[in-house]
Amino acid sequence: MPSEAYEAVIGLEVHAHLATRSKLFCGCTNGFGAGPNENVCPVCMGMPGVLPVLNREAVEFAIRIGLAAHCQIANYSIFDRKSYFYPDLPKGYQISQYEQPICKGGYIEIPSDGGKKQIRLVRIHMEEDAGKNIHEEGGSLVDFNRSGVPLVEIVSEPDIHSAEEAGAYLRELRALLRYTGVSEARMEEGNLRCDVNVSVRPKGSDKFGTKTEIKNLNSIRFVEKATAHEIARQIEVLESGGRIAQETHLWDPVREETRPMRSKEFANDYRYFPEPDLPPLRVEDQTVEQIRTSMPELPAERREKLTRDHGLTPYEAGVLTEEREVSDYFLGVVEVGLKNYKTAANWVMTEVLRVVNESGKSIDGAVPPAAETGALLKMVEESTISLNAAKMAFPAMCKSGKGAAATVGELGLLQVSDEAAITAACDQVINADPAKLAEYRAGRDKLFGFFVGAVMKAMGGKGNPRMVNEILKRKLAG
Amino acid sequence: MSDLFRLTIAEARDQLARREISAVELTRSCLDRIADLERRLNAFITVCPREAMEQAEAADARLAKGAAPALCGIPLAIKDIYLTRGLRTTCASKILGNFVAPYDGTVIAKLRAAGAVFVGKANMDEFAMGSSSENSAFGPTRNPYDLRRVAGGSSGGSAAAVAADECIASLGTDTGGSIREPASFCGVVGIKPTYSRVSRFGVIAFASSLDQVGPFTKTVRDAAILLRDLAGKDTHDSTCSARPVPNYEAALTGDIKGLRIGVPREYFVSGMDREVEDAVRAALTHMKGLGAKLVEISLPHSEYAIATYYILATAEASANLARYDGIRYGLRVEADNNIDLYNRTRARGFGAEVKRRIMLGTFALSSGYYDAYYLKAQKVRTLIRQDFEKAFTQCDIIATPVAPTTAFNLGEKINDPLQMYLSDIFTISVNMAGLPGMSVPCGYDSKGMPIGLQIIGAPFSEETMLRAGDAYEGSGAIKRQRPPL
Repeated sequence: MPSEAYEAVIGLEVHAHLATRSKLFCGCTNGFGAGPNENVCPVCMGMPGVLPVLNREAVEFAIRIGLAAHCQIANYSIFDRKSYFYPDLPKGYQISQYEQPICKGGYIEIPSDGGKKQIRLVRIHMEEDAGKNIHEEGGSLVDFNRSGVPLVEIVSEPDIHSAEEAGAYLRELRALLRYTGVSEARMEEGNLRCDVNVSVRPKGSDKFGTKTEIKNLNSIRFVEKATAHEIARQIEVLESGGRIAQETHLWDPVREETRPMRSKEFANDYRYFPEPDLPPLRVEDQTVEQIRTSMPELPAERREKLTRDHGLTPYEAGVLTEEREVSDYFLGVVEVGLKNYKTAANWVMTEVLRVVNESGKSIDGAVPPAAETGALLKMVEESTISLNAAKMAFPAMCKSGKGAAATVGELGLLQVSDEAAITAACDQVINADPAKLAEYRAGRDKLFGFFVGAVMKAMGGKGNPRMVNEILKRKLAG
Repeated sequence: MSDLFRLTIAEARDQLARREISAVELTRSCLDRIADLERRLNAFITVCPREAMEQAEAADARLAKGAAPALCGIPLAIKDIYLTRGLRTTCASKILGNFVAPYDGTVIAKLRAAGAVFVGKANMDEFAMGSSSENSAFGPTRNPYDLRRVAGGSSGGSAAAVAADECIASLGTDTGGSIREPASFCGVVGIKPTYSRVSRFGVIAFASSLDQVGPFTKTVRDAAILLRDLAGKDTHDSTCSARPVPNYEAALTGDIKGLRIGVPREYFVSGMDREVEDAVRAALTHMKGLGAKLVEISLPHSEYAIATYYILATAEASANLARYDGIRYGLRVEADNNIDLYNRTRARGFGAEVKRRIMLGTFALSSGYYDAYYLKAQKVRTLIRQDFEKAFTQCDIIATPVAPTTAFNLGEKINDPLQMYLSDIFTISVNMAGLPGMSVPCGYDSKGMPIGLQIIGAPFSEETMLRAGDAYEGSGAIKRQRPPL
């Protein structure tokens, strides 16, 4: 049957580093940039005799993301030991949560076919990260700075049915993690990691096909590509009469294909059992309510606000709210009293994000304060400058750090709205080319554009376009 | 040679406070005694005379200023399972044969702060796995009462060192009887406190939900003094209780009139050494004479305790011992790849009993077996705990033998693990239920080997337990005999 007759069934397991000050079970700094094995202590090195002490902030962060994803927060959850041997795992087991995680159920809402769709969650649980093996010529080294860094694992139900939905889910989850301040959620830096479970089945079937798991995905684009590739591969296998093997695949970003790992690499019996060194985690309803009241506005609410109050399209609202800082910036820009929200939205999506992306800095460091950008757009709205002039002024503002008024003044971009000056320019252009004037009057309307261009050129681009149009039309008519 | 080494903590504390003796003299006396006896006893893996004398000098300086803590200047032996900063800590294993601890555990830090003196690290069964101290990579400890016999285990070195006066008191750990059984075999007092009463931070883990730290002393009063300094909340141990620590010594009133002593019928069984049973029964009769009431109780799930213990303890151990992988510290046997490195390191580093228990525990947790073993054992553990809860509605303390026999011969049970495991038949349930238990000397068999009476309390009732033990000890029920060294 044709590939359209198949339906993909996809579930995501996402690991996110929590941006807590210290590690999950010890007081070591949780952060990037330190030299190898500088952020370590006996506890996260798995020395004999050490015991874990749970980081309260990490619990709060896990609850925050749980609330953002509409989960039930468990009043009682437990930690378990997950055993396997690996040089970067200092205790020979990872402290994780198995049967009783901190968050259960919930969902994440994604845009889908112009509407919305809920992707249900199975659970969110807390666990510690392992260290990092570094292979060098002549031997391997282990850096334990990352050992014990808190993670949440967010497991979705298999509610996702396309590579695009997988990407949308990840973008939304990433936005939630960032809005709540729980994680920096940068896939390139490895503080957001995603494994994808994929199977296919004939459309309409309620049975699951055999699934494969894809690992080694370090960008949302790769997740989408790898998922699409794997769906196509599975359909091809089935169509040629083959069977899908339940195995783990690695995404090869260079060859843009998935290939199976050797089965030995993941054949583990983790021998989970409750961690006897940690008492059960009890969270009072009151604590959950306190955290709930301190939650910031989430992307869905903000999107709603931007479409309802600012008249933006779902697409525009989606782009602006992907990052909390960007939507904050947009709201800051319009706050100066702009009437045209569309222009402001387009400005932020194109001019602002271009500068941000090119600079590689955060929005705070890359572009002028929102109020200054707002002031610049306000000048456009009030015809003090042209839109083109604003586009010239903006990069200069970004570079110099000066305000809108100062920059426009320095660059001499102020628009000329003086009727006499515009009339004079129009007269000059018309008188300079009687032949064209005759043609125009004979019915070649298209020449109007030529005259506008000539007047603007004569005025150094600063003529008020509305007035130039009016005066020129009158003059040309004779 | 002075015989200051014979002093108890209470005696030494008073004499030190009055400056009749110095910490240096007392420590020197213990170190001389160690030099004298160690070749016969092997109670220590490491003796640290230089560090001990430095600590003693510091203690004397503090004592000279007056108002020093009770343990200031008191020479102690520390089971080699406690991490002691800068000192080798082996856990009696080849895998940690050259391991120097990078930090002090909580209990060690407290004792240092109190001015205690550490004369050395005591011998034990490797990773506290055993009942005879024969499973030590450093050779077995011998019983001071008969050098052909075992000292008990796993804290055999700590028990023998106190019995032989190589120190004034010592520390051990007890997971299934590892303090009480050697205390019984060596004729000293040994306490396993309520689970969570004392911090486990910096104590090498065997079975985390069962391990507990405790003292060996010459008298019950000494145990009360030492326990007070060990117990209390620790921010490094999430399982450690925040309950205030009472002044245990103040609880030793000598009065047990009206105290209800539960006598579990399941603990007086056939196959038990006749002389042990007689001595324990005589002790009970004696306590009745002091005004206590004997109440027959039942602990019906006792017979499942050993089987359950060997699932739960080994399961936890299989994970706790996974960190000894040759990567970061301890023994490493090189290989071309990780798996071979682990296999070779662990094959060479661990002894037979440790390997046996790792395999048992790994099996019990394996996929497909978890429910039948680990989960079932947890349920039985709950039943055992409930047995005690019920019993303590009828009585204040429970009294039983510590072990079914007196100290057995070296080599007698080492090749028969099941027989060895049975040595702990009366002590294991106490760990399963998280209760406090102690061993108090209650006589000697016809060969002169010590016998211990076990007193078990309800959770956090150490004061009652100690009061009963002290009243019995102080009433002159038995004449204490020194080991013939």
